[in-house]
Amino acid sequence: MTRLHVSATINGDPVEFLCEPEQTLLDVLRDELQLTGSKEGCSSGDCGACSVTLDKRLVCACLVLGAEVEGHSVETIEGMAKGNKLHPLQQRFLEHAALQCGVCTPGFLVAARALLETNPDPTERDVRYWLAGNLCRCTGYDKIVRAVLEAASDIRAR
Amino acid sequence: MRYEVPESLEEAVALLSRAGSGACVLAGGTDLLVQLRSEAIAPDLIVDIKAIAEVRQIVFTGGCFRIGAAVSGAELGEHPTLRKAWPGVVEATELIGSTQIQGRATLGGNLCNASPAADSAVALVAAGAVASVVGPDGHREVPAEDVGVGPGQTSLEKGEIVVSLTLPARPRYSGDAYLRFTPRTEMDIAVVGAGVNVTLDEAGRCAEARVALGAVAERILLAREAADALVGTSLDAAALERLSATASAACRPIDDKRGTRAFRLSVAGVLARRAAKTALERARGPR
Repeated sequence: MTRLHVSATINGDPVEFLCEPEQTLLDVLRDELQLTGSKEGCSSGDCGACSVTLDKRLVCACLVLGAEVEGHSVETIEGMAKGNKLHPLQQRFLEHAALQCGVCTPGFLVAARALLETNPDPTERDVRYWLAGNLCRCTGYDKIVRAVLEAASDIRAR
Repeated sequence: MRYEVPESLEEAVALLSRAGSGACVLAGGTDLLVQLRSEAIAPDLIVDIKAIAEVRQIVFTGGCFRIGAAVSGAELGEHPTLRKAWPGVVEATELIGSTQIQGRATLGGNLCNASPAADSAVALVAAGAVASVVGPDGHREVPAEDVGVGPGQTSLEKGEIVVSLTLPARPRYSGDAYLRFTPRTEMDIAVVGAGVNVTLDEAGRCAEARVALGAVAERILLAREAADALVGTSLDAAALERLSATASAACRPIDDKRGTRAFRLSVAGVLARRAAKTALERARGPR
């Protein structure tokens, strides 16, 4: 089997990798590039644990083939903090204990950032609908929603 | 498995025609990748059509919107004028899946996945959308209701691709609406879906109507008798009652884990009536 050579931008850096045609972007991130922040939950686009942005558009990495990102730009959870400085969403998730086991957290953070980039002042309803594709089985939704709303406020105040 | 990204329709058709039955078209991938992962399919070739310009554009020409088959739900929702002309089509598409799914899922994919419960496809059938299809024998136009013929089965021939969906020119006093029943408000599949599209004359009477029903048969139904119940009326209570009865009568649903046959028969009539009321309000409203 010939592996495909793919060039893409990941978290702002030019990246080249080889992948099988069957490999998803999630497989590539985790197994080829060792970017294991994006989690594999359902592998069917239902849980959002593998949320990343592709050309600024929020997607499930499990529903994208690795080969499809040729020439495109991907942002993952690994690109969220700037060095040791947490993103306001990450800071508020910590303060609100908006996580228990943590498996859903990277997906929630990436999805919430995509929301705040399109809608800096969301209502609670906006947040809940936007994040409907991110499942937390520890049932931490209230804390997550509050953390997102406070982070939105922090970002607007900057 | 091979992965190809043709940049022209001709190239895509040639690849698919040569490959035979073991080839799949990839648009948004939200159904295809799930089927691949679950080994429901094992294609020799995947043809990603997203590098082909025609399938990625929304064009307004001659009073008609032509929507590329690989335009995502998110792109559809962000279009500045489409929602005003066709709110039912846009809202139906936006009901599909999550924000993440909306970033990828396409109109062409929803139609060609051929689920009888496909939300956007029901709204397209009500709208009178026509699929532009290319294949080894050239180009043909296929009404949206004739694309899906059974669960997962389309009328497309080997090597054929849906390029775009064209919504007809919109007369003044027109409106469409799509409603579905799901136990949850988000992230669910329709137990029943109903799309209604009406055009009124100057006197406010229904000049044209189309009614489409989803998840109540092996394919999406264009309910002609239900539409006939509206034409010539002012969509008064009696007409809506006849719509409801004829819509239910058009259904041939099954019992399954999502709902019983009896429930679907009843809900189809209720949703058709409610969708017709919304379509009527939109048709009367300022355009």
